Amino acid sequence: MRGLQRLSQLDLIDRAGLRGLTERLVYRGTRNGFRAANAAGRTFAAAQKLGKPARQPRRKRPAGFDVTPDDEQLMMQEAVGDFAQEKLRKAATDADASCTAPQELLEQSAELGIAMLGVPEELGGAFAERSAVTSALITEALAGGDMGLAWALLAPSAVSSAIGLWGDADQQSTYLPEFTGENVPAAALAIHEPGALFDPFELETKARRDGDDFVIDGLKALVPRAADAELFVIGADLEGEGPSLFVVESKTKGVLTQSEPAIGLRAAGTGEVKLEGVRVPATARLGAEADDSYTECIRLSRIAWCAMAVGTAQGALDFLIPYVKDRKAFGEPIANRQAVAFNMSNIAIEVEGMRLTTYRAASLADQGKPFARESAIARQLCASKGMQIGSDAVQLLGGHGYVKEYPVERWYRDLRAAGVVEGGLLV
Amino acid sequence: MINLEVPKKFEPLVEQAHIVAVEVLRPISRKYDVAEHEYPKELDMLAALIDGMDDGGNSSGAGAAGVSQAQKNGDGGNRNGSNMASVLSIIEMCWGDVGLLLTMPRQGLGNSAIAAVADDDQKERFAGKWAAMAITEPEAGSDSAAIRTTAVLDGDEYVLNGEKIYVTSGERAELVVVWASLDREVGRAAIKSFVVERSNPGLKLDRLEHKLGIRASDTAAFILDDCRVPKEDLLGSPEIDTKKGFGGVMRTFDNTRPLVAAMALGVARACIEHTRDALKEAGVEVDYDRPANSQHAAAAELLELEAEFEASRLLTMEAAWMADNSKPNSLHASYAKAKAGRTGTDVALRCIALCGSAGLGEEELLEKWARDAKILDIFEGTQQIQLLIIARQLLGLTSAELK
Repeated sequence: MRGLQRLSQLDLIDRAGLRGLTERLVYRGTRNGFRAANAAGRTFAAAQKLGKPARQPRRKRPAGFDVTPDDEQLMMQEAVGDFAQEKLRKAATDADASCTAPQELLEQSAELGIAMLGVPEELGGAFAERSAVTSALITEALAGGDMGLAWALLAPSAVSSAIGLWGDADQQSTYLPEFTGENVPAAALAIHEPGALFDPFELETKARRDGDDFVIDGLKALVPRAADAELFVIGADLEGEGPSLFVVESKTKGVLTQSEPAIGLRAAGTGEVKLEGVRVPATARLGAEADDSYTECIRLSRIAWCAMAVGTAQGALDFLIPYVKDRKAFGEPIANRQAVAFNMSNIAIEVEGMRLTTYRAASLADQGKPFARESAIARQLCASKGMQIGSDAVQLLGGHGYVKEYPVERWYRDLRAAGVVEGGLLV
Repeated sequence: MINLEVPKKFEPLVEQAHIVAVEVLRPISRKYDVAEHEYPKELDMLAALIDGMDDGGNSSGAGAAGVSQAQKNGDGGNRNGSNMASVLSIIEMCWGDVGLLLTMPRQGLGNSAIAAVADDDQKERFAGKWAAMAITEPEAGSDSAAIRTTAVLDGDEYVLNGEKIYVTSGERAELVVVWASLDREVGRAAIKSFVVERSNPGLKLDRLEHKLGIRASDTAAFILDDCRVPKEDLLGSPEIDTKKGFGGVMRTFDNTRPLVAAMALGVARACIEHTRDALKEAGVEVDYDRPANSQHAAAAELLELEAEFEASRLLTMEAAWMADNSKPNSLHASYAKAKAGRTGTDVALRCIALCGSAGLGEEELLEKWARDAKILDIFEGTQQIQLLIIARQLLGLTSAELK
């Protein structure tokens, strides 16, 4: 409160014409603390029940080493890439400032079918095969436009993919058809928690059995679209059984949210989700039969964040190339100096390395092979090199990199965040 | 369809190369590091074995001889060919010993140059001979356009004069491919390569270098003193075409940069595996699921080294795959060389720190690998040269604009 007091006294924010904006942000930042999560959320009910869970078949085993996406993937990549460059990039500055994604873009992403990537065909999905590579390519392409908006758009698909992969017949029938239409529910995979040294395998959020129900208590952090979400998949430590996933509707009593704007990824409207004695039925547990569903979820989520970092880092490289060739100092383009040119070379090298390690992890997941090591390696690389590229990009623009007239300072913020967040995305 | 695994069809090749590394190279690794300039006679039998595999159409490419740009693919399908095979087997062999691989009979860099630019008649005449490559001079290293060795046509022979240094396998090879200028006024376009018989009296061995690492491999210095070479031993066209410039001679390097990257990968992997075992003995293991920050600092560092290694490895595989599929790979070959070159050294030096006194001591091979690794960020284009090549292509700048 004292900080707020001091902020309101600053003449600077009046002079800069920032008072209106600042007050809006402060409002979003506090919003009377926690309030009930989206109570107006829809009622999820199965129109038709499946007899057994539907699973998208895995892709056929590829023949040899190959870096080229297949034709279907190339088409998706191009369509989503155009959308990202034309729409997301233009909307990014405002979305970053207001911490919201424009409704129009959310609707258009539903038209592109982004939320149903992981929905089996039996439930209205449009993709015959399950492919982490396809999801990674789409994530990369979207993040090339803007990472924050990409997260807002992809957040529901993390939930539908989780239910597609690990849901039972009832869970799938109840929730998945909602993700195939035009009115896709806001939804979020909530794993992260506050506190230093967060470890997704040591969750503070606890679930315990109580009769036929589970009761969940805890606090989740950096949840995308937290205020609007109608459905959550929540990571909680189930007493005696370890970390597990639970489907929780936002209307459930005891689910509270509070906005939590962060350094980056602001367009995704990140918030905290507090669970106070949240009672869900036994049917809410996801992947009860598959022991490794939670571990797989964490790995796939990390691959998704890698794809985000690759897309944004590539976007930065594409932006920097013409910039350093146009910008003159001491009578010639700064690109003609080795200090600048070598930095560009290193960005190009590392982006390609990030991309290949990400693709490899995703491709192994598709082939049903172990990918723990590969996803950890991609994560390590994309977190450190991604952050470095964000920093280098600002440095190469100098003062221009520091002001909001250019998108580069946003990439600096987003690329830092991408290497830290757990959950919220899946490939 | 995206798949970045080692092709199944190459698994036997990798296995075979690994056995050679374990059974033949590792046991004599320290011996020839100590006995610098002594010829590793154990390699003769191995070289004969590799020749046999090559003749059998196995295209194993234990060295540089096997690589060249692939023929256009009839069906347009994906191809995993000799470039990738060479990368894979070199990784294994250099896991064994990079110095010994460099002195593998008949697998010299000169062989690669001959494979890349020789005409059919030359290929036939030089077949089965071990060829070294002589480019560097005391006053011209990375700046190979500045070489001062001259070649003057005299009747049916060229007469070569100059000084060459850093000729890998120069003492042991049967042929030396020498870069010389037909006209020093013209610059790059006048630089041609000549195949010189090692027995040519005009090619005089001046000395063998004493080096930081790769001591199993001899590094020779030559004086070319009115060295007369038949004119049909000039590789490529004798015309000085200023438009084409350096293309012919430099093309060799698009194919060989990924191979040097592969050498660095072999050394780096040896270091990582050794260190992983040592840390395990000390009670530290990487948990790939838990965040690095929640693990032992040594585990976090090993994960970081593995990540750098893996990025380097995939960049190298990609560059080789592009060559096999006739995709222009000059940019990606330099990505691979730059990344793997610096990673090899970085990994080796940091692994020493993780292993402590055992890392520094001569009891183990780690200290040797750290010495060996450094050359891989220098020869076949230094780190800085790779960054220049990349930047010029990326930014569309000429060598006059980006110096």
